[in-house]
Amino acid sequence: MKEFLRFDHVTKIFGTTRAVHDVSLTIHQGEIFSLLGPSGCGKTTLLRLLAGFESPDSGKIILNGKDITALPPNQRKVNTVFQNYALFPHMSLRDNIGFGLKMAGRKKAEINVEVDRMLAMIQMEDQADRKPTQISGGQKQRIAIARALIMRPQILLLDEPLAALDLKLRQRMSLELSLIHDEVGITFLYVTHDQGEAMSLSDRIAVMNNGEIEQLGTPIEVYEAPSSSFVAAFIGDTNFFDARVLEVLNKDYSRVKIMGIKLPPLLCYNDKQTKRGDMIHFSIRPEKFQISINRPQVSSKYNILQGTIEDIIYQGDHTRYWVNIGEDWKIAITRQHTRFMLDEKALNWNDKVYIYWLADDGYMLEHYSAKDEDLVEEPPQVIGEEITGKDQEEPCKSNKESVLSSTIKKSQNGSSSNG
Amino acid sequence: MAKKHIFSKKRIFGEFSLSFPSMLWLIIFFLIPTLIIFAIAFKPADPLGGIGSGWTFQTILALKNPNYPQIIWRTIWMSCVTTFFTLALAIPIAYHIARIPPGRRDFILLLTIVPFWTSFLIRIFAWKAVLHPEGLLKHALVYCHLISPETLLLYRPEAVLLVMIYTELPFAILPLYAAAEKFDFSLLEAALDLGASRLRAFFNVYIPGIWNGLLSACLMVFIPSIGSYVIPDVVGGTDSMMLGNIIAQRIFVERNLPHASALSTILILAMLIPLLFFLKGKKNKVGRIKKSTRGIE
Repeated sequence: MKEFLRFDHVTKIFGTTRAVHDVSLTIHQGEIFSLLGPSGCGKTTLLRLLAGFESPDSGKIILNGKDITALPPNQRKVNTVFQNYALFPHMSLRDNIGFGLKMAGRKKAEINVEVDRMLAMIQMEDQADRKPTQISGGQKQRIAIARALIMRPQILLLDEPLAALDLKLRQRMSLELSLIHDEVGITFLYVTHDQGEAMSLSDRIAVMNNGEIEQLGTPIEVYEAPSSSFVAAFIGDTNFFDARVLEVLNKDYSRVKIMGIKLPPLLCYNDKQTKRGDMIHFSIRPEKFQISINRPQVSSKYNILQGTIEDIIYQGDHTRYWVNIGEDWKIAITRQHTRFMLDEKALNWNDKVYIYWLADDGYMLEHYSAKDEDLVEEPPQVIGEEITGKDQEEPCKSNKESVLSSTIKKSQNGSSSNG
Repeated sequence: MAKKHIFSKKRIFGEFSLSFPSMLWLIIFFLIPTLIIFAIAFKPADPLGGIGSGWTFQTILALKNPNYPQIIWRTIWMSCVTTFFTLALAIPIAYHIARIPPGRRDFILLLTIVPFWTSFLIRIFAWKAVLHPEGLLKHALVYCHLISPETLLLYRPEAVLLVMIYTELPFAILPLYAAAEKFDFSLLEAALDLGASRLRAFFNVYIPGIWNGLLSACLMVFIPSIGSYVIPDVVGGTDSMMLGNIIAQRIFVERNLPHASALSTILILAMLIPLLFFLKGKKNKVGRIKKSTRGIE
């Protein structure tokens, strides 16, 4: 792939905070590249450096073989879709879209032709004479994109373009964005804090934290093989374990001992070069676990643990279980519902269950920071747990069970009548 | 439909009852006195300085004084020049105040208002001291060979303009700042991003963005300027007399109230014309906003 845009050891400091710290990255021609991270991670600063609204304290920005570090924004062949769209409120939509060409000194007839072409692309021909205050958020979004694309930028910068829209519209616009990308073939640099948007749109993602790039890769790479505890916890959800390598079985697998809890040794895939006695951090995504009441009959590549279901959170397409594997160590497990939920074998509170997972699905982290544990979802706290005595727990439990079993009964009646 | 009608009637009454006290105030202390001044212009003058009985067109005809067109023209011209320079100074100042961090912004705004803590008259006499032939400024300029010792800084139209601009500046900065503070500065970035130069972004995006504030500032400067009396009286000479000075002369020197009333009526008309333009400009804006909200519904 051809190198198109390069950030070369770029650093930007605001007062005492390092917004961007020694970032080097390369973007290819025609790809959708996302900068993903929590607010304040430096992703927007990086975009503003590229647009020319900020200038780096050190480092270079090279676009299409040309050093653009010192160029003002109006001389860069880069255009931005702003987070709040920044449409000019006193101009009609037509004049908004044509603004850039007007500034470039193009003839009026020529501008009109180009604007009409853009309006057709975003399917808003009939609203050209309205003002930005008279259209909806999704339409503003489209105008902002058209206004930037009419300049035929070498790279289009999108600064959280969907953040202001509601969920359904966000999904539709993200689809529209990728269609527009396919149509114009321009390189997109997309800044977002929404992992779902980044994963669904991007060819590649750079996950940023504290002004640095934590990991750069395809959506599958950053999700399935995160290099650090931050990436693992920020994208999706996960369970973290500290462990010591007991023995290296072969080049693929090691046997490890989990620290801080009495458990049998576990089989773990060797992501990294490890030796006997090494301390490792590894992480397993909640959906990689399977859960069953009976002891599963699986190959020796699976790890099997026993635990008790502490909490069940039903979320429609999936259910989140919190399983206590002993010493109050709770593991997050999600189970997709491939069938009508109540037709599946019901799992109840306080059921003794087996949880098992393929050793290949756990992965070792290169970098680990304990504060990233705060990013993963916490097990729900039982309110008044300390006040409620042991003896009061029993009726409470039976109550829950009876509610669930009654719903099951009801549904069974329902399904039989349907049948 | 019927229900809506009752509601709107009720609402109109509500709005009227709320604005009634201020309407009453304006009618008693503004509208009626203005009409009285207008009426006096059609009364004969009393030789003792009072107002005679009966009605006459004599005073209106007496306005054909050959000196008047020049003075009226000068008054309007000086007010326009003052408005222009005051805005030219106030627009960048308001822009910068709106862009600095909020903590320091309050301090700068305070500095803008501080001159009001001193009497208007004292500030003008202070300028007189500064511009005086024996004043510090004159000596400094002569010392630097920028002016000859014979040049007079005081008692000329330029001195009047300088002091008027100085006096009106805060009145322009405050409405312009209020508009600039509400302005979305990312629009300027968007304009730069689309290839506009800083100057074009300023005139094509910033100025339309603060348009209402600009109109208010124009009126806030133009109206007091056109009626100024003290400033030309203190720092101006005979060639910088304005309408306000002539009115004062008619009252204090000639004791001819009808004549002064006729001149005042001209002054009021001169203020009314830009005010009507302003209202028209604003009205359009309001109409547009109403239409746009309807569009969203």
